[in-house]
Amino acid sequence: MGGTLVGMEYMMSGCKSAPAVNVNVLFEKNNIKLLDEVGDTILPATQTPGSKDVQIGSFMALMVRDCYVADDQQIFINGIAKLNDECRQKYNKGFLDCSKSQRTELLNELNKELYVFRKIRTIYEPNHYFRMMKELTLLGYFTSEDGCTKAMRYDPVPGRFDGCIPYKKGDKAWATS
Amino acid sequence: MTNTYDAIVIGSGISGGWAAKELTERGLKTIMLERGKNIEHISGYVNANKAPWEFKYRLSRSQQMLNDHPVLKRDYVLSEANLYYWVNEKESPYKEVKPFDWFRGYQVGGRSLTWGRQSYRWSDFDFEANAKDGIAIDWPIRYADIAPWYGYVEKFAGISGSKESLPQLPDSEFLPAMEMNCVEKDVAARINKQYKDLRKMIIGRVANITVPHNNRTNCQYRNKCALGCPFGAYFSTQSSTLPAAMATGNLTLRPFSIVTKIIYDKDTKKAKGVEVLDAETNQTYEYYAKVVFVCASTLNSAWVLMNSATDVWPEGLGSSSGELGHNLMDHHFKCGANGEPEGYDDKYYFGRRANGIYIPRFRNLFGDKRDYLRGFGYQGRASREGWSREIAEMNIGGEFKDALAEPGKWTMGLTAFGETLPYHDNKTYLDKDKKDKWGLPILAISAEIKDNEHKMRVDMMQDAKEMLETAGLKNVTTFDSGYTLGAGIHEMGTARMGHDPKTSVLNKWNQVWDAQNVFVTDGSCMVSAACVNPSLTYMALTARAVDHAVNELKKNNI
Repeated sequence: MGGTLVGMEYMMSGCKSAPAVNVNVLFEKNNIKLLDEVGDTILPATQTPGSKDVQIGSFMALMVRDCYVADDQQIFINGIAKLNDECRQKYNKGFLDCSKSQRTELLNELNKELYVFRKIRTIYEPNHYFRMMKELTLLGYFTSEDGCTKAMRYDPVPGRFDGCIPYKKGDKAWATS
Repeated sequence: MTNTYDAIVIGSGISGGWAAKELTERGLKTIMLERGKNIEHISGYVNANKAPWEFKYRLSRSQQMLNDHPVLKRDYVLSEANLYYWVNEKESPYKEVKPFDWFRGYQVGGRSLTWGRQSYRWSDFDFEANAKDGIAIDWPIRYADIAPWYGYVEKFAGISGSKESLPQLPDSEFLPAMEMNCVEKDVAARINKQYKDLRKMIIGRVANITVPHNNRTNCQYRNKCALGCPFGAYFSTQSSTLPAAMATGNLTLRPFSIVTKIIYDKDTKKAKGVEVLDAETNQTYEYYAKVVFVCASTLNSAWVLMNSATDVWPEGLGSSSGELGHNLMDHHFKCGANGEPEGYDDKYYFGRRANGIYIPRFRNLFGDKRDYLRGFGYQGRASREGWSREIAEMNIGGEFKDALAEPGKWTMGLTAFGETLPYHDNKTYLDKDKKDKWGLPILAISAEIKDNEHKMRVDMMQDAKEMLETAGLKNVTTFDSGYTLGAGIHEMGTARMGHDPKTSVLNKWNQVWDAQNVFVTDGSCMVSAACVNPSLTYMALTARAVDHAVNELKKNNI
């Protein structure tokens, strides 16, 4: 995923110990629901299940709580509020009250913003909350049981190695390497 | 006395396991002392059958893991998948006078559970190198001395690979080779043609069995070796040497046994046994034997010897030459090149091969002469990218998801592994100030790579780029992601072999000059590092040393 996942390490050297963040708010029902819908907008159900089907919201909350440093936890939590603010400015309602197409439109804009942000960003600048949400959605979905076995192909015990088999566009990837 | 055996083996990794197998099969009652916990074959591999979604953090790292493992976190080795195969760093600190990555496996099996399994013979280019270059001291053995022992250990361990008749990389006794994938086959053919066999790309030689072997099931191509293999398909103490040693009825295995010193008897000028601190109870025990094999891993074997100081040998057992703890080596790596093979969109592979390709050393051989000594080999592979290829692209949604669920483009990478020279001032010693959890002195390590290695790294990148471009790959870029000594997890040196007790710790049979019933047969005995993975050589040297020890015992020479 283009290098290290957000939050796994302090980016800044000599980082001050940040004040404790109340990450438990992430586990509140409305936040899990919002994260489920954010994830499901990034990777929705198609012929195969979507992110909501793999409880992506709970996964994001768990990862932010246990794997992120305090600074990134705060960015993520503030990100939820920011996301709702952006929605209200644009559509006069919160993310959960938006239609599917509105959600998609908004997250596409955030994705563009992120793309620009990544181009100009130095490692000393804080992470972007939408990068966190997108990364965690991809990780959570493609390593989930549905992601591995339905979106992709999972073979726990291949039993043999065949170094050269035909591939045609549309064939699914192996879930593990 | 109940604490008396014929032989003591300190450590249960690749070398200790081999020592135990050989000693017990020759009829010696043997105790193998392991400082860490026991891990049972199969039932102890607690994560081996887990699917990706069964790992809490999906193989990411929690802040707790990072806090608990300040050294391990520096590299890929820190993983939710097999945390229980790595040392508790808080209990067992060490001092980095200069940065040194020391990734330790404190359990039965040691790092034989997690090793990379690449297995290559050394050649006389390696054994003669120090003498020819005037570096350090000469190896006291040549290829002819060790060749039969390579064959002996290979037949038992099971090494898959292809016969190539390369002078710099002698063939092993091979099980059938694994297959290259479509891209690798074509790249190999182009490289072999372009360089007229002076450079050659071959399939990796790996201690994974490709056919049933010695009651072990062949590799199932899960590529989960580092979790422990429920099929016993790769060589480890648990899958291979331990069951063989146990089958003799002559082995006692004692986990949680920290050997604090070798007990030296100045009248006989031999060791009479070892002192053990029980890691769980803090009780001290003594065990006695006719012969002691030190296989605690390079740095810890040096620690045991140094901590066995007496008034006769104030700097430790084996210290009379002044070389104990010195000449610490590793393989320097983490540089090479990546590129994109084109025209293979209609090709894929089945199964997960726990092995890659190998390009044996070609620098400073066959008339080639560089501005540095020695050389390097490459490990690499070609594969198709997975879902993680994507984060920055400007889209989200259903099409995006379905596209990521298909394989991405092919890429191929080559990573060089270079020889490091033995420098006297690359050393380890006992730190008198700091103690570990058990009140034992810790190791201080002061070592670094120098000019020769830095010069070599330029070629390590450029040669990879040239070969990938020669093979027709596009967008070839070099990389050097930085290397700290130790990161290769191929620690060698600190108790080198030699012809002369004045300049070496061990003789040509791995016997400590100063106490000839003590044998050191792990990486500490190495006189130079070569550029190939070292474990197969430890296996061969260990089996050879046991044979010598048993013969000498029979003659009452030790």
